[in-house]
Amino acid sequence: MARSSPERRRRFRVKVGLSIYYVMFLVFIYGPMFAMFVLSFQGPRGGVTFPMRGISLHWWAALLQPSIVGDLRSALARSLILAIIVMVITAVFSTMLAMAFRKRFFGAGVLFYAIMAGLMVPGILLSLGLASLLRQLGLPPAWWSSALGLHVVWTLPFGFLVMMAVFNRFDGRLEEAARDMGADEWTVFREVTLPLITPGIVAAGLFGFTLSYDEFARTTLVAGAQNTLPLDINASLTQRVQPTLFALGTASTLFSLLMIAMFIAVYTILYRRSH
Amino acid sequence: MPIEQTEPRIRRDPGFPVAWLIAPATLWLVAFLLLPLLAIFVFSFWKASGHGLTPAFTLENYQNFFAVEGFFDPQHESFLTPSIFLRTLWTTFRFTATVMAICLLLAYPLAYFLAMQVESFKWQLTLFLLVMVPFWTSYLIRAVAWLPMLGRHGLLNEFLMSTGLVDEPVSFLLYSEFSYTMALVQLYVVLAVGPIFFSLAKIDRALLEAARDMGATSFQIFREIIVPLSLPGVAIGMIFVFVLLMGEFATAVVVYGGKTSTTGTIILNYYGIANYPFAAVNAIMLMLAMMIGVIVILRLVDIRKEL
Repeated sequence: MARSSPERRRRFRVKVGLSIYYVMFLVFIYGPMFAMFVLSFQGPRGGVTFPMRGISLHWWAALLQPSIVGDLRSALARSLILAIIVMVITAVFSTMLAMAFRKRFFGAGVLFYAIMAGLMVPGILLSLGLASLLRQLGLPPAWWSSALGLHVVWTLPFGFLVMMAVFNRFDGRLEEAARDMGADEWTVFREVTLPLITPGIVAAGLFGFTLSYDEFARTTLVAGAQNTLPLDINASLTQRVQPTLFALGTASTLFSLLMIAMFIAVYTILYRRSH
Repeated sequence: MPIEQTEPRIRRDPGFPVAWLIAPATLWLVAFLLLPLLAIFVFSFWKASGHGLTPAFTLENYQNFFAVEGFFDPQHESFLTPSIFLRTLWTTFRFTATVMAICLLLAYPLAYFLAMQVESFKWQLTLFLLVMVPFWTSYLIRAVAWLPMLGRHGLLNEFLMSTGLVDEPVSFLLYSEFSYTMALVQLYVVLAVGPIFFSLAKIDRALLEAARDMGATSFQIFREIIVPLSLPGVAIGMIFVFVLLMGEFATAVVVYGGKTSTTGTIILNYYGIANYPFAAVNAIMLMLAMMIGVIVILRLVDIRKEL
């Protein structure tokens, strides 16, 4: 049946309208970040809003001086180390869990909801619970112990869902064939399963790294004496806001974007190679 | 002479043992999810002492949550004035509900566009990733980024003045309900887009084709097929946005100048003055409110087929 031409024209109009809407949406979610980026080059006498009073690297230079928001470089280093540890643990745990969920086992339902709970329980509640628990037990909190623990609880569901999706489309007959040819479980995993799921593991790691690197709520009460980068950023918010904060925000955002681009590039390369 | 078994070994359970696969993550979740939640529950019945907690079983903390300012107190003049803590929980919920509604209105057409109107898979993925990227950047910084937009000399005011809509800068833009709502929408809308997009993308195109062949109009197809089939995604997206917003505490400080408090900020404040039991009570109440909200959403939509 030939479709009427007014109907087709109407659908075309819907498409154009929604395309325009998409662009406006991008402006909405990226616009503020872009304004912050521009204002980080504010002249030395300018403030935190437009107009620009000249263009300078004044506020970027101030970023390198240690006095502004504490010891920024160590905070960055700690955030990076923490993010890398979280990334590795998330990737390993997600893979193991998703492999377990390929079979039916006792308690699978409970475990599934427990993993998902990490996504549903607000970070501030976990921070409060763990911080007061540690205090009562007389154990000191630290970014590499208690904060690490809460970060993984937050990133695990994302990695797990990614790996579940990967194994949903996984052809188990490949492993069967390898087993029939006499391969033991480790050989099957190393030679057959792992190469096929590596792109998924990278994607799970992306969630682990980026979500941990920026995490504030699950760090705030449980990081101990030493700050991570989001804690430093939050601390600088309580002082008078200066364009330095915009320089810091821009630097941190650019770094995040770089990491995301790297993850996506690695993912694409691995995906092409495994298919 | 023993009979040699020539049959191939039957592998009843191929793959690594499940117990080993789940043990590390399970222990981790017990230590860093279950125990903290249990601690909050237990501590909410304890007593606050000078510098910490004393084991006890008291309902005093709960009583304080409700009974301040005469709630449930017949002697008090303003009999039905709820306590500041209840009111804060209500404010938190009110903001959450508003922001959720706006997020849904903004996210649905976007997800629809990506899933239904963009034909090439490559473009679909690219455009979707472009929307998702902010989720992987710092949300504190994204909140900070609103400062130059709002405010008396902010970009929005400049824009309003240049279009002639207002003659002089309006002041309601920064440190107001408006700026708070707007920033929250921008921070969380991305979380609603993802699930709605996935549920729309899963809809079998043959269904739409069949309906069209039988003479259904685009609007009928949208209302009778697309909307019902995308509801699970909508529910999951709304649950995401709901729970994260209820636990929100940092944005209020940045763009609302700390003029309002959420239950999250109350928890932090009481933690700050070392009244752990009362912080725990607020946390329990927040959890209860969240559970009720999630149950209501799940009642409205059956998401089981999505999981």
